[in-house]
Amino acid sequence: MDRDQLCMLQELMAVEFTALEFHLYLDTHPTDQKALMEYNSVVQKLKVLKQQYQERYGPITYEQPSSYPWQWINEPWPWEICYE
Amino acid sequence: MWSYEKKLQYPAKVGKANVKMAKYLITQYGGPDGELAASLRYLNQRYTMPTPQAKGILTDIGTEEMAHLEIIATLVYKLMDRASVEELKQVDLGGHYADHGKALFYVNGNGVPWTATYIQAKGDPVADLHEDMAAEEKARATYEWLINLSDDPDLNDTLRFLREREVVHFQRFGETLQIVQEYLDSKKCY
Repeated sequence: MDRDQLCMLQELMAVEFTALEFHLYLDTHPTDQKALMEYNSVVQKLKVLKQQYQERYGPITYEQPSSYPWQWINEPWPWEICYE
Repeated sequence: MWSYEKKLQYPAKVGKANVKMAKYLITQYGGPDGELAASLRYLNQRYTMPTPQAKGILTDIGTEEMAHLEIIATLVYKLMDRASVEELKQVDLGGHYADHGKALFYVNGNGVPWTATYIQAKGDPVADLHEDMAAEEKARATYEWLINLSDDPDLNDTLRFLREREVVHFQRFGETLQIVQEYLDSKKCY
């Protein structure tokens, strides 16, 4: 995986983690309007970023069309990536 | 249902291959306080939770534990990758090699296979949430012991992330317990 792809992947992972952290928080604080607004804004950013990543590097979700041949099986898989 | 995303939750970093550390770390894969036990415990307990907050948090944390299981698997895989049979023998992984080759398996640090007796579902939300809070503290302590055992700064970075998650989960389960207790109190008639 080249530097640019790894960089974009790590940014995507970070943004998705932020969304998850708000997700858990909101489960026990469903009326916290400020957190809810931040969650909605992070989710919007995540959606755009994930779309951009997949258009450039192929599908990482089940909701992305594939070019030919079937791209889902392309390596590296997450456990094969060198993150250092 | 669940849907796989082809990425990790957090970068699984390993400085150098280290079979000794792989042997210790596998306990967070299939040991008593590991990620498999955590995920299966929470996802199974959610059906008998009385409040929407409790159903939500068990679903979400149970799912996040699956992502942690994948991070642990990646770390063990990377630590074991390229190890020779001789190296496996040196750290007493000959028995693992005989049974599983270099595949991962759901075992603790001593090779004992995962068992459902590690977890419980009492059908009593107060009892179950207390178990969940204890489980998070035990998992946090396990990560601390693993960090003590490791001298690899890259590996420790990933282990520190996982340790932090246990602290956050403990906090969320504590809040959930309070919500559930208030709900149960409100239903009591005197």
